[in-house]
Amino acid sequence: MSSQENSESLPEAQAPAHGAVEHAGDPFADPGLPAHKPRIQDIDERAAKRSERAVAFLFFLSMVATIGFIASYVIFPVDKIVFIFPFGHVSVLNFALGLTLGVALFCIGAGAVHWARTLMSDVEMPAERHEIAAPPEVKAQVLADFKQGAAESGFGRRKLIRNTMFGALAMVPLSGVMLLRDLGTLPEKKLRHTMWSKGKALINMNTNEPLRPEDLLVGSLTFAKPEGLEEDAEDFQTQIAKAALMLVRIKPEDIKDKRELEWSHQGIVAYSKICTHVGCPISLYEQQTHHVLCPCHQSTFDLSDGARVIFGPAGHALPQLRIGVNDEGYLEALGDFDEPVGPAFWERG
Amino acid sequence: MKKLSARRRHPLAAVVVLLLALAATGGLYAAFAPAGKAQADETAQSLAIDEGKKLYSVGCASCHGTGGQGTSDGPSLVGVGAAAVDFQVGTGRMPAQQPGAQVPKKKVIYSQPEIDQLAAYVASLGAGPSVPTDSQYNPSGADIAKGGELFRTNCAQCHNFTGEGGALTNGKFAPSLEDVDPKHIYEAMQTGPQNMPSFPDTTMPQKQKQDIIAYLHAVNSDQSASPGGLKLGGLGPVSEGLFGWIFGLGALIAVAIWVAAHTAKAKKS
Repeated sequence: MSSQENSESLPEAQAPAHGAVEHAGDPFADPGLPAHKPRIQDIDERAAKRSERAVAFLFFLSMVATIGFIASYVIFPVDKIVFIFPFGHVSVLNFALGLTLGVALFCIGAGAVHWARTLMSDVEMPAERHEIAAPPEVKAQVLADFKQGAAESGFGRRKLIRNTMFGALAMVPLSGVMLLRDLGTLPEKKLRHTMWSKGKALINMNTNEPLRPEDLLVGSLTFAKPEGLEEDAEDFQTQIAKAALMLVRIKPEDIKDKRELEWSHQGIVAYSKICTHVGCPISLYEQQTHHVLCPCHQSTFDLSDGARVIFGPAGHALPQLRIGVNDEGYLEALGDFDEPVGPAFWERG
Repeated sequence: MKKLSARRRHPLAAVVVLLLALAATGGLYAAFAPAGKAQADETAQSLAIDEGKKLYSVGCASCHGTGGQGTSDGPSLVGVGAAAVDFQVGTGRMPAQQPGAQVPKKKVIYSQPEIDQLAAYVASLGAGPSVPTDSQYNPSGADIAKGGELFRTNCAQCHNFTGEGGALTNGKFAPSLEDVDPKHIYEAMQTGPQNMPSFPDTTMPQKQKQDIIAYLHAVNSDQSASPGGLKLGGLGPVSEGLFGWIFGLGALIAVAIWVAAHTAKAKKS
């Protein structure tokens, strides 16, 4: 098949057919346009009928598939799971909907392509190129019209009109700028404070109970939220986005940073769970190295050394929360974070 | 007697004598062994510790020290408990094959009774979490939805949302949790193997661990359903998008090229 196609485009097959000008001895003579060659459907009416039936069959198949889609939607329950090789345990509804919709769309496309290729006119239509530039007399006319218009409007002469028009055009976009204010309230001091404050107990995210120091073993990882923040509270997401806290217990002798040790309770250290780079939640804690890795951009913090940045794009250490124990023996915060949690911002300082 | 004596050089004579001797020993043991039950248990326990110590000296002492005190090649085992041993040896991680960022899961070398003996010995070095019983880790009747919530809070950061695993720093990684024995999942949460932090019962009660195991069974086992099919490793939108761009668009381009490359012209007349 392909060798026959190739032979079709060989020059010797084209040369005699199209009557281009031939200069004897000129190897770069313009070969002209190749001759139009008919398709089997152009010659043989039976072949054309066959093509017509093929296209109609594809469109018909698409209709059947659409009916199949509607039927699948009605028949199959949403939670029925079947095993289909090689897809595994799939939802029969999803599978049927996808298959029928896919067939319906594919058959419309395939039918259209087959129709265009075998039955629609395929006569080549050359579009000759010509110069893009306008003729000189048209150019001259346009320029003359423009000059006359400018003179008649008095644009150059009546300066008051001109200048106020410029002013009006410059002012109009300000309305749009003003509307940007509706995008939200200014953050004010919200970025600098979290819900933590002196005396708030540390509540275990798993059990919703306050934590005692003896609950936390060396090498364990626990997540805490401030006392009084309930999961069904309206502003829960807003608050936890800043107040999220991770608690790890490190042997006090392994803590290298002096302030970290002071702010800890018997080696229990509490750090913000929000990465200081772009604010991803970060708690990929390795208990042997005390490293915390951020999954977004691989910033790594050393929790045994003041959560110092040891790798990655983060700009500063994770903020530490100062903790202690209240009269009833529960862990409590001794204040808010002393710096804004999360990523840096212009006014952070 | 003479007849018997004549056959003493028969090739099977040794076997017969051995069988007789074994039967005699067994009979004598059966006659004398059933003493007090408690005493037998205690003896069995100390026997297990003794046997475990022998196995320990051969397989573990070179890195963990002769008394489990740890060396520069391996951490101390005092206080890690039987659960840690059952996890590490029961998943084939220990004995380690070579030093490196992380000791991976491999073929289990010891039999379960040997693992129990090793666990008994290590547990005798210092108090630690014991091997959980079936009622502790069996997830039947647990709350799968609650387990999913707990998994996303505590585990998903490293192990991916459906427990497919993920990369950590310097060659370390969080392994995939697909088809891991519920007992081993429970022990891992309890003991915090290698760089994984522990989630002791004081911060994550037993019921919640069962919920997590039930969740993992629902989303990441060979029976778990994937409603869309072809989940491509369950690694999230990046791998799925990559697949769509390369194979989906690639197939469309291939079809377009195929359509354009095949002429509809009739053969030349």
